[in-house]
Amino acid sequence: MDFQLNEEHLGAQEMVRDFVQKEIGPIIKEQDRKQEMADFILPRMGELGILGINLPVRYGGQGFDYITLGLVCEELEVMDSTLRVVMSVHMGLNSMAILQWGTEEQKQQFLVPQAKGEKVASFGLTEPGAGSDVAGMTSTARKDGDEYVLNGEKMWISLATKSDHALIVARTDNEVDPHEGLSAFIVELDRDGITTGDIHGKMGVRAGSTGWIAMQDVRVPEFNRLGEEGEGFKIAMSCLDNGRYTVGAGATGLIRASLEASINYANDRKAFGREIGKFQLVQQKIAYMVQWYEAARLLYLKAGWLKNQGKRNTKETSLAKWFATDMSFQAASEAIQVHGAYGYSDEYDVERYLRNSKGAVIYEGTSEVHQLMQAGYALGYREDGELRKELPAYDAEYWQAEA
Amino acid sequence: MKIVVAVKQVPDSAAKVSVENGEVSWGDAPLVINPWDEFAVEAALLLTEEHGGDVVAVSLGDEDSKEALKHALAMGCSEAILISDPSLQNADTQAVAHALAAAIQKVGDVDMAVFGKQAIDGDNAVTPVQVARVLGWPALTLTSKISELDADAKTLKVERSIEEGRQIVEGKLPAVMSVVKDFGEPRYPSFMGIRKASKAEIPVWSAADLGADVPAAVVSWPEMSNPQAREVSNEIIEGGSPEEIAATLADKIIEEGVV
Repeated sequence: MDFQLNEEHLGAQEMVRDFVQKEIGPIIKEQDRKQEMADFILPRMGELGILGINLPVRYGGQGFDYITLGLVCEELEVMDSTLRVVMSVHMGLNSMAILQWGTEEQKQQFLVPQAKGEKVASFGLTEPGAGSDVAGMTSTARKDGDEYVLNGEKMWISLATKSDHALIVARTDNEVDPHEGLSAFIVELDRDGITTGDIHGKMGVRAGSTGWIAMQDVRVPEFNRLGEEGEGFKIAMSCLDNGRYTVGAGATGLIRASLEASINYANDRKAFGREIGKFQLVQQKIAYMVQWYEAARLLYLKAGWLKNQGKRNTKETSLAKWFATDMSFQAASEAIQVHGAYGYSDEYDVERYLRNSKGAVIYEGTSEVHQLMQAGYALGYREDGELRKELPAYDAEYWQAEA
Repeated sequence: MKIVVAVKQVPDSAAKVSVENGEVSWGDAPLVINPWDEFAVEAALLLTEEHGGDVVAVSLGDEDSKEALKHALAMGCSEAILISDPSLQNADTQAVAHALAAAIQKVGDVDMAVFGKQAIDGDNAVTPVQVARVLGWPALTLTSKISELDADAKTLKVERSIEEGRQIVEGKLPAVMSVVKDFGEPRYPSFMGIRKASKAEIPVWSAADLGADVPAAVVSWPEMSNPQAREVSNEIIEGGSPEEIAATLADKIIEEGVV
C-alpha cells in the first residue's frame, strides 16, 4: 500500500492552487454577492488545461490520472464550490461518459473540443418533477428517420447557459420498464428548439451558473446518441459514479477551507486575554474538522485509485460523496461557530462555505439516497452488475501518447 | 539564443522565520522556488519565444534544489542542471558566483544569464553582479523591460527600474540580467510541463565537474538573532461624533510624533 502522491499529482495540485489563489481569490466574494459567474473563468480553465486534466492526450486532454482529477477538484473547492461544479458537469458527468461510452467518431467530434476547453459541457438528467426518481422523467426522444426529436425540460442544470454541449437523458420507449426506456444524447445547445435560462435566488453556489434547459421539437442526428437505445439509465448511473467522485473530492476541499479559516481565526482572535485556539471547546471543533478532512480525503483517494485500476467503484464513490458532503456542511457550520458573530457576516468566507456546502448534500444523490445505497450493499440487497462498457483503467503510456 | 536562468530553492514567503539555538529555522514551512526567480524564468521564456532558442535552468544547492529546477522545467525551460558539492555548503555569494559562472561557461554559447533581482532568504541581491564580474559580462540589474534586442548584432537596450525612476541602458551580449516583476507575471507550470518535469533526470555537476577555482568563503555569519520584538498596543477611541473621534485621533497621531 502506498499513500504517497507522485510528482505529477503534487505538481498539478500546486498549479491549480496557485491559479485559484491568484485569479479567483480576489474576485470570488464580489461574484458571489452579484450572483454571477465571472466570464473569464471557463475560458481560463480551458486555456490552462484544467478542463481536460484527466483525459488522454490523444483526445486533447492533459494525460493525468483520475486521482489528479480528485486533487484538482479539492483545490478548486477550497476556493469556491462553483469552480468544482464546473469539473463535476464538464468532466465527471459529461466528458468521462463520452470517454467511457462514446464511439471513436463521437470522441473526435465531441470529446476533443471539450478536453481542449474549446467547448464546455453539461449534463441534463434532473427535471422539474424528477430528481432522485430518475426513471420518473418525462422528457422524450422520438425516433424520426435517422434523427431523434427531443421534448421536455431539464432543471437545476449547472452551466445550462454557459455550456455548448449537454448530455441529455430522455425517454425513447414508454412500453418497457421505466429504467429500460431511457436513452442518452449529446446535444449541441445551439440547436433549434432549445432555450436555456439561469436560476437566481439560490442559497449557495451563487458565483456559478445553475439553470434550466427546455427542449421543443429539438432534432438531433442518431450519431449523437451515446450508447445503445435503452441504455440511458445505465449511462446516467455511470456518469454519477464520476460526478459524485468530483463532488466528494471537492467537498473535502470545502472541509479543508473551513479548517484553515478556523485555524487562522483561532490563532488570531483573542478572548479573555488569550487566543481562542487555547480554549478546549474551540480545539474540539478544530480536531473534528481535521478528522473529517483526513477521512474524506482517504475515501475519495480510494475511489480515485479504483478508477485508475479500472475497478467498479459505485459503492466507494457513493460513500466518499456522502461522507464528504455531510461533513463539509458540518465543518462550515462549526467554522462559523469558531468565528462567532464575524462568521455570520460575509466579511469572512465561512458563511459562503456553509451556503455552498448545502447543495452538494442534495445533488448527485441526496445523503438519504447514499444511505440507502450503503445499507443495500451491506445487507446484500444491492450489487453492481457488469456494464457493457466500463470506464477505462488509467494507463499512463496510452493516456500520455499523442496518438 | 541560449539563456541560462539561475533559480534558488528558498523557504516559502509565508514561512515564519526565526533563529533557534543560533540556527535559522522556518519550521515545517515548505521550500519553494524563490519568487523573484519565477520572474527570471518568465523573462527568459519570453525572450526565447520572441527570438528563438533554449532556456537552461541552473541551481546551486542540495538535492532539495531539484524542486526549484523542476518548477522551472514545468514552466517551460528545456533543461535543468544542479550544482551540488560538499565544498559549496557554506559558500558565500562570491563563491556561489564563481560556481555559477563556471556552470554558465560549461553550458557554453550562452547569450544571457538571467536572475531574479534577489533571493528572499539571504536578500543579498549581489549574486548577478558578482557573476557578471567573474564572467566579464555587462550586468543589467533591476531590468523591467527589454526595449530592443538584436540577437545577430548581439546588442540590446533595456529599461532599469530604479528608485529614481526608469533608466535606459544599452549593452552587449553576452550579458547578465536581473529582473524585477514589471517584466511580466510568471506563467503557471503547464500540465504538460509538470509531466515532463516529473520524469526529468536532472544532472548534478560537482565542483570538480565545473573545473572552477571556487574561492573559499570570506563572509561568515558568526551570530544570528531574532529581530527585537516591537511593542504594540491598541487603543479604541470611544464616544462622541465621528468628527470628534477624528479630531481626537488626529491629536493622538500628532502627539505620538507619527506625522
